[in-house]
Amino acid sequence: MDKDYIEMDMLRFTTAGSVDDGKSTLIGRLFHDTKSIFEDQLEAIEQSSKKRGDENINLALLTDGLRAEREQGITIDVAYRYFATPKRKFIIADTPGHIQYTRNMVTGASTANLALILVDARIGVVEQTRRHSFIADLLGIKHIAVCINKMDLVGYEEEAYEKVLRQFSDFASRLENISELTFIPLSALKGDNIVERSENMPWYKGAPLLYHLENVYIGSDANHVDSRFPVQWVIRPHSDKHHDFRGFAGRVAGGVFKKGDEITALPSGFTSRISKIMLGKEEMEEAFFPQSVTIQLEDKIDISRGDMLVKPNNQPKSSQDLDARICWFSNSKKLTQGGKYLIKHTTKTAQAMISEITYKVDVNSLRKNEQDKEFNMNDIGRIKFRTSEPIFYDAYRRNRNTGSFILIDPFTHQTLAAGMLR
Amino acid sequence: MRNYNLNHLQQLEAEAIFVLRETAAQFERPGLLFSGGKDSIIMAYLASKAFAPAKIPFPFVHVDTGHNFPETIEFRDKFVKEYAVDLVVGLVQDSIDQGTAAEETGLNASRNALQSVTLLETIDRENFDACLGGGRRDEEKARAKERFFSHRDSFGQWNPKDQRPELWNLFNGGKGQGENFRIFPLSNWTEMDVWQYAKTEGIELPSLYFAHERNVIERNGMLLAISDFVSPHEKEEVSKEKVRFRTIGDATCTGAVISDASNLEEVIAEVSASRVTERGSRADDKRSEAAMEDRKKQGYF
Repeated sequence: MDKDYIEMDMLRFTTAGSVDDGKSTLIGRLFHDTKSIFEDQLEAIEQSSKKRGDENINLALLTDGLRAEREQGITIDVAYRYFATPKRKFIIADTPGHIQYTRNMVTGASTANLALILVDARIGVVEQTRRHSFIADLLGIKHIAVCINKMDLVGYEEEAYEKVLRQFSDFASRLENISELTFIPLSALKGDNIVERSENMPWYKGAPLLYHLENVYIGSDANHVDSRFPVQWVIRPHSDKHHDFRGFAGRVAGGVFKKGDEITALPSGFTSRISKIMLGKEEMEEAFFPQSVTIQLEDKIDISRGDMLVKPNNQPKSSQDLDARICWFSNSKKLTQGGKYLIKHTTKTAQAMISEITYKVDVNSLRKNEQDKEFNMNDIGRIKFRTSEPIFYDAYRRNRNTGSFILIDPFTHQTLAAGMLR
Repeated sequence: MRNYNLNHLQQLEAEAIFVLRETAAQFERPGLLFSGGKDSIIMAYLASKAFAPAKIPFPFVHVDTGHNFPETIEFRDKFVKEYAVDLVVGLVQDSIDQGTAAEETGLNASRNALQSVTLLETIDRENFDACLGGGRRDEEKARAKERFFSHRDSFGQWNPKDQRPELWNLFNGGKGQGENFRIFPLSNWTEMDVWQYAKTEGIELPSLYFAHERNVIERNGMLLAISDFVSPHEKEEVSKEKVRFRTIGDATCTGAVISDASNLEEVIAEVSASRVTERGSRADDKRSEAAMEDRKKQGYF
């Protein structure tokens, strides 16, 4: 295993759905079959299941960690789960699927490479399937794996699978960002097509779920073209040994920076060259997304947190008037035209004033509603706003890091909304 | 075109360093909770990388139950000297002497829960507005729902039902008067990641993590080391075993495991074959189903 773990990469995926979909059973099955449930965990949930009077071991208790969740038998919040195979480390953002938890789904999807969507083979595509797919697409997830579950209850018939495939494909043509859609017929309960190819469905020629998760290619999803480096922190040691040291600390948000590259600092517009790229004591030839590094420049130019280093011939958009899709999170504050908020975008914080509420989207029908402009918790739609200083950005579809932002209440400091710039 | 991919450890490292730098940038006076355990050692190592060649821009904070393995304190002092940082110690004994905390009594008495009181008092005394902790989401089910930037009200309480949504890499550290944050840069790391990273980077860890001979007793299904703070009750038999610790906490509630693993490579092999989580050897988590959640609500790490 020694050499292997150095080569292991990482896949973040999100799952949403209610208990009835068999989501907990599926996660439980993945954990069980990859030997990721430990004896003391299993023992603990066995005891809890008994105490609650559940007939079988309730695998949902593995993910429902909060007291209120256990008492009410519901999932309230995003739970992060981890498992690994020799090929990949997996981070699951496990989110509740009901409409009142849209904000949790959005949160889970914001960092995911892949969305796993469960469909009950007996029932087919339902509203929740559409909502979950819409959110995955809105948040720029490029890979969707549709798991057609409970195949054992429809006699492992190909027809049930075909029906879901047709229903879903009809609807998926309206989604913008998805580049890969995979359908896998399975039974989480019986373990069909989870780790091993199922002998009950010889008509299915694709790979089992775990193989797909281990091999789905996400290497080209990140933007390695447009070089963006939001400055997070300026390192000035003030020591005798490093008297003149000035390093710009940050995480590459897109593209590649090489030693010797010419850069432009925004908003000042001054240019210089990269003299050194470092992390700790190690010097590097280049840095790329999502590396955290420290960049030194040949010239002394004034740069501080919130500024951005880019390439002179490939600059981001710069504007104070912005257009975005947002998801509203707050149940106590409403979005209002003329409302003033703080915006956090990369490492910059500025003020924002809403100039127009363009429309709201009905997440079930996907229809735009230009009449109803009252945003309550979990509402999704489009707005225009003006910021107190220019924001350097790319369209969210082009770069998740430079195209995303959050709105914050200047008084309560609560996170009110998540947004994706157009 | 060159293949721009990072392996999982490099990705976790980049993420943790980003969070550490955000902490320095967004807060006036952060402290780094340092217990001398492996997670806090990894976090401190990452902090030194994040701000090099400058010093780590925040002090280390040790909440000391007084029930330490001597090896832990030795290691702590050496480490603090090497990184040239300030060390702030909060003593649980002080809280007890002041009457703000009361010693537990009974067979399984432990000072573990009292740490919350001392931590909150230390935060208050030192005016910390953020405390970096080495907590990981894979440790425990309540932790699985914890944020990177975890808001605490003016009583130091965690409200799991009203956590701020945390999206992308945008961390909201905004707070009102008297409120503060717990920040967990290692949120996405697993126990295995920590061991593997220590090996890859050649990070030195305390000797307690590796197999050695020690007098132990078995209590509530756990092996406890005999020390100044743990002595055998009637009918408990002391035996000499080759053991190591998977976590290092208060000596009264941290269990040892029988092991032959004497270096990182062997520990990694042992952990990957293990069928029990590391907190399986922690008596503090076994008190009730929501033991961790309840302690966190009261201000625990």
